[in-house]
Amino acid sequence: MASPQPRIGVVSYPGSQDDRDALWALAALDAEAIPVWHDKPELPDLDAVVLPGGFSYGDYLRCGAIARFSPATAATCDFAAAGGLVLGVCNGFQVLCEAGLLPGALVRNESLRFVCRDVELAVERDDLPFTSRCGAGQRLVVPVKHGDGRYLPPPDLDPRQVVLRYLDNPNGSVDDIAGVCNESGNVMGLMPHPEHAVDPLLGSDDGALLLASLVDAARERALAAA
Amino acid sequence: MRATVLVRPKLGILDPQGEAVESALGHLGFSVSEARVGKVIDLELEAADAAEAKAQVERMCAQLLANPLIESYEVEVAG
Repeated sequence: MASPQPRIGVVSYPGSQDDRDALWALAALDAEAIPVWHDKPELPDLDAVVLPGGFSYGDYLRCGAIARFSPATAATCDFAAAGGLVLGVCNGFQVLCEAGLLPGALVRNESLRFVCRDVELAVERDDLPFTSRCGAGQRLVVPVKHGDGRYLPPPDLDPRQVVLRYLDNPNGSVDDIAGVCNESGNVMGLMPHPEHAVDPLLGSDDGALLLASLVDAARERALAAA
Repeated sequence: MRATVLVRPKLGILDPQGEAVESALGHLGFSVSEARVGKVIDLELEAADAAEAKAQVERMCAQLLANPLIESYEVEVAG
């Protein structure tokens, strides 16, 4: 029997920009990628949720601050609380921090400049549903594009929650942190965009390692539930 | 009732906007040793009295208007 396609939802907020790339990338990696509109108070039957990049609700007040109160975010919080897999990319990472699903905050880049380029990342954790296809210490090339990506961890952040670090810090993030997970490891956020790095034609396919890890983990959950 | 919320970057948090403003003021010939940039939120709200208004706005700050990890805030209520 062919292994089932896991169902991975991608939330579209007003102002999301990378939702279509995320849907395309997940489908290319053999997931059933399902668009989820922001005003849906209940998620469809899903094995994982991705919050994409962009400028949700105009990013007014603070990045992600308004999206935090969207019905789909509330449903995503419930999904995560039940152990569901949630990945937030860029603005999605900001939303997860504002919603309290991930520790810390993302603020204006130290340079005050919008930064848009490939960055090199070091994988700190290879035992997560988001990194299982990577090796610890492996280097990945994935693009960033953000003006508010400087990560400020809470003073009590457990170093084991750091999943990715920049080798060449593009935004002034404390301790070069590029991606973190929650304590139980089912929620992760990162500023770089794996969905823009799934084909060598676009400069790198290292992002596919992260997304394919998520697809693998979502498939395992789909099989376990079947 | 009118209320004003002042939101500031917390002390000790790097404020690159403030540094850019400080540098620009220096170029204009002003001797400024520190500038920090926050925001002002003016509100018009329904409340029985100033104390209730203040309590409401404090709740707004805790839930939305400020992020306690990176920002401090002050609430002023004007009858």
